[in-house]
Parts: sequence; C-alpha cells; structure tokens
Amino acid sequence: MADTSPGAGSRIIRWIDYRLPFVAMLQHELYEYPTPRNLSYWWNFGSLSGIMLVVMIVTGIFLAMQYTPHADLAFDSVERIMRDVDYGWLLRYAHMNGASMFFALVYIHLFRGLYYGSYKQPRELLWILGVIILILMIMTAFMGYVLPWGQMSYWAATVITNLFSAIPLVGQGIVTFLWGGFTVGNPTLNRFYALHYLLPFVIVAVVMLHLIALHRFGSNNPLGIDMKGPQDTLPFHPYFTIKDLFGLAVFLLVYSFFVFYAPNFLASSDNYIPANPMQTPNHIVPEWYLLPYYAILRSVPNKLLGVILAFGSIFLLFVVPWLDTSPVRSARFRPIYKWVFWLLVVDVIALGWVGANPPEGLVVTVGQIATLYYFVHFVILFPLLGKLERPRPLPLSIATAVLQGGGGAQLGRAGAPIARP
Amino acid sequence: MLIRIFASTALYFMFCAAAFSARAADEVPPLPHQEWSFDGVFGTYDRASAQRGFQVYKEVCSACHPVKHLYFRDLADLGYSDDEVKAIAASYQVTNEQPNDQGEMYQRPGRPSDPIPGPFPNDQAARVANNGALPPDLSTIVKARDGGPDYVYGLLTGYKEPPPGFNMLQGMQYDVYFPGHQIAMPPPLSDGAVTFADGTPATVPQMAHDVVTFLTWAAEPNLEPRHRTGFKVFLFLVVVAGLFYAAKRKIWAAAH
Repeated sequence: MADTSPGAGSRIIRWIDYRLPFVAMLQHELYEYPTPRNLSYWWNFGSLSGIMLVVMIVTGIFLAMQYTPHADLAFDSVERIMRDVDYGWLLRYAHMNGASMFFALVYIHLFRGLYYGSYKQPRELLWILGVIILILMIMTAFMGYVLPWGQMSYWAATVITNLFSAIPLVGQGIVTFLWGGFTVGNPTLNRFYALHYLLPFVIVAVVMLHLIALHRFGSNNPLGIDMKGPQDTLPFHPYFTIKDLFGLAVFLLVYSFFVFYAPNFLASSDNYIPANPMQTPNHIVPEWYLLPYYAILRSVPNKLLGVILAFGSIFLLFVVPWLDTSPVRSARFRPIYKWVFWLLVVDVIALGWVGANPPEGLVVTVGQIATLYYFVHFVILFPLLGKLERPRPLPLSIATAVLQGGGGAQLGRAGAPIARP
Repeated sequence: MLIRIFASTALYFMFCAAAFSARAADEVPPLPHQEWSFDGVFGTYDRASAQRGFQVYKEVCSACHPVKHLYFRDLADLGYSDDEVKAIAASYQVTNEQPNDQGEMYQRPGRPSDPIPGPFPNDQAARVANNGALPPDLSTIVKARDGGPDYVYGLLTGYKEPPPGFNMLQGMQYDVYFPGHQIAMPPPLSDGAVTFADGTPATVPQMAHDVVTFLTWAAEPNLEPRHRTGFKVFLFLVVVAGLFYAAKRKIWAAAH
C-alpha cells in the first residue's frame, strides 16, 4: 500500500518524510485508514460538519475584512457588505445560512451517534469531545448573531446574558462583567466580535482531538460491533472519499437552495431593524437551532432552575456513555430502545416548536411535558433499558453480516457483551 | 421541479423552524399574495414598475421616510441612464460631508455618489414632525417585516374604517394588516396622487404594487445576480453529484 499514494516515490517527499512524517501520516489516516465496510450515509455527517466548519471560517474571515464592530456602525457596515462589496451578499448569506446548515449537520451527526451507540466504550472521550464542540458552536453562533446589531441581535444578547443574573449573590455582578457596562452596548459588541473570531479556531483544535480519538478505534458502524480484521474493513480512500464527495454534492444543493433562493427564510425579520434599546420586539426568539434549549428554559417557572435545566440539557450529554448501561451499541439490536430513540427525536422537535411560539396555553403544557421527557429519557430510561431490554442476537462479524446479506444475525450470542480491550 | 423537491426536503428538515413565522397575530387576516416580478427562481425586477415605484417613493413616501442605504448611483440598476441619474441627483440639495474653507457646512446639488438624503436631519426631528412617531427607514423595510412585499402591499392598501366598537386612539388610523391595527401613518396613497409618465393609471393598488417593487429592490438590490448565480451553481452541483454518484457506484461495485 505504501507506494500507491501520489508522489510517494518522489525523492523530495521521501527526504521530508524521513524527518517530518507528515505525508506518511496523511497516507495512514486518510488513505489506508481501515473503515468499517458497512457504513451507511448517516456516517457522512461528520466529514460534512468538518467541511462546513472550514466554509464558516473562510466566509467569516472575508466578512471580517469589511465589518465594523461598533454599535453605531455595525448595522450599516453589514448592509454595506450586502450592497457594495463584490459578492458581499454571497459571503454574508453563505455565512448566515451556513450557521444553520452547520447545526443541522451536527445535530444529525449527534442523533446518529445516539441511535448507533457510538458513545459507548471505548469511544467515550470521542463523544465528550463532540459535546465540547457543540457547546463551543452554540457560544460562537450566539455571539455571531449579535454582530449585525439588529433588533434581535441586541435583545438576544440582553436576554441570554441576563440568564447569568439568576445566579444567587454574584449574578448581577457577572452580568455587568459580561456586558462591560451597565447595559448591552459597544463594549459588549466588541468583546463578542473578538470571541466570535477566536472560538472557531478553538473548535478546530477540538475537532483535531475529536479526529485523533476517532482514529484510535475507527468509526462505529450500523451494526455496532467491532471490526475484527481486514475482511470487515475497506481503505478510506477511495471508498469513503468518493462516498463523502457524493454526500457533499447533495448537501451543497440543499445549502445552495437556502443561500440563493431563501436566504432569509431561517432568519428573523426583526434583525433587519437596527438595534433599538428603547423598543423590545414583540417576541424574542433565538435561531431555530437553539429553540429546544430556550423551550426548556421557559418551561420552568423558577428562573434559576430554568437556567440550570437548559444548560443541564446539554451537559447531560457528557455522561450519556455512563447513563446507557446496555452492552449493545446499535439500536438495530435493541427492540425497545429503537422506539424510545424516535420518541426523543419527536420530543426535541416538540421542544423546538414550543421555543418558537409565545408561551401561552397548550404551548406551556407541551413544553413542560417535553422538558420532563427529555430528562426522563436520559436519566431514567437509559439506565433502565440496559437492564430490562433483551437485545437481539448480534452478528458474528461485519463481514458475515454484510457479505452474506445479513444472514449472519443468527450466528451470534444474544446480547454478547462488547469485548473489553 | 428539482428545486421544489429540494425545497420540500429542506422544509421538512427544518420544520420546527417553520413555526418561526407564527408571530402571534392578533386576528390579522392572512396576507393576500401578489404576483411579483421578482418571485421564483428566475425572478427579476420589473424595471418599469420599479421606476414608477421610485416616483411614488419620491413624491409621496419621501415626505416622511428616508432610504438610508441607497445612493443615487444605485438607481442606474433600475434602468436609468447615467445622465438621468445625474439629473435626479442634481434635483436634490445635499449637505456636503466636509465643511468648506470657512469651516461651515454647506448645501450643494447632489451627485450620483451621494446617499439619497432623507426628509429629516435626525430621528428626533422626524419624531417632532410626526406626533412622536418615527417613520422607519424604507431601504430595508421589505426584509424587516414578516410577509415581506405582501405585507407592505397589504399595509398600504389595508386602510379601512375601524369595525364598530373598536377603540381607536387619538390620531391613529385603522389598518387591517398592521399588528394591533392602529397605525400612526395616515393613508399615504390616494387615487391619482402621482401622474405616471408612461400613462399607467395611478390607482392605489397600482401605486402600492409599484412602490413595493421599488422597495424590494431597495432592500435586496442583488437579487438578480443571486438568482442567476444560484441557477448556475445548481446546474453545476447536479452534474457533479451525478458524476460522483456514478464514480461511487463503480468504485464500490467490487466491494459488495
């Protein structure tokens, strides 16, 4: 295999590689890298998210060259980008809709992990790094949303930073510290800009760790069983590079639809009104990707408890590998979890709907039930199912299951535990 | 067709976001949808309509509303020749950005590179002249309201007598489509308020349609290049996706 990479024969490359084995590393990690042969298209969303991160950084850097981070000028400078900068409208719409696309990809990636038990031993750290990336993304997206300094920017900044005032004793002090003043203002905008520029590079660093952890044991797969030898795997290139490329083209079609034909569909019209501290919009709603957390926040009558649960709903993901006690990874072999998983999907969509609507009548009731279920799902159902559920027999190996048309399922032992290293 | 499939997939995909548009409407009837020249994948701005709309803006709306983000030079997009743009600019008096050599600010005829001046020197002056209400900037208004062009059209044509028993505040007007129905702006359009050079009858719906076409252009002047580029990008991606798919089939053929 070593000689099949382009340029492996080149003397210069060999000279460098002897001293700095970079090409050898790429060769190993992107070319030979053994990958389960049965990965479905649900495994495309990780690499798509990575590409989207690059798109966001590139468009963001070019936007930053034209943007003015000042409370009096920010709104006008964004309009100037849209109107007078060559392809400024493309940069801005690609960046703005790119944030939505990035979250959509990452959420699908996350739910794929939940369905196929990708967080289980030995991939706990891989999962935890993913949750850290999600938290960094939320922070970055929130601060980016403030930068155009429209009405929703201003009021979102006000509402979200005010959450910290729920902390007893020091809360108000923290809020003043975050604002850099006694209200959301120019110092707030400036620090958010600085951090919005910084955090994506922190995300890149954590993504690198995520990849190192991934490549330690390789991808999980739809069967959730370990790779046992070369018959279970295919080299990453060309099999998965081409599969990822096809997925990328399809994804770009969806992304382009929004950028070119519905650029403001996912945005709030209020954000085309310049920030006005004297006038609160009728309904302050976050972007769609934050609606479920917002719904949890509002479902609790007590502010402090609401804040704790909203943050807790994400932090809970850190301990998912230990809450789920089932030895079987893939939901395919878990007859009850398979359904419970979809209940969580419905639950989160319901929370999204609740977050988008004013908290009145039915919305409040649905919000409280959905919030309760979210926590019941992870804290009670996850540990319980591992004990109660009788998993279906696992196939002996990926190769037997895939190459014999799934007939290998009968060969395995019921609920065979995953081998510990 | 293809775009419709992607649209529906994407819509389904993001369906919780759809609830966004559900801004609590206190019994506001659904907006009547107008046929707009800029709708759809190949939508462009109807230049004649946009020019008439500019006339409506100039002769009616601009008495109270600025278009802060528009420059005279932008009007060339609407099909005005360079000389026409210069003439339009010169018909305005603008305050020079820099003082003269005596240190005094001074007025001069506008040039294409100038922003189109608004009716008031600042927001406070605008409020004083309008009973305390601030007439909003119109250069982003179509994007700044849910419903976009249909909403602005509905608002302009939605002035009615208040229903019996409706409690109107002093100096307010009843509008079917305005949230809360009480709007400080008096009905801006009346039949024959302007005389169109091309002989189009200046009815209220006609003027509303034209001015909304103008204002949509003002809010989204790059819509046409966006639509054109998007179409090319789609064609490219469809071909590329097909090629990748074929390559994928071929590469994987032996692996199954």
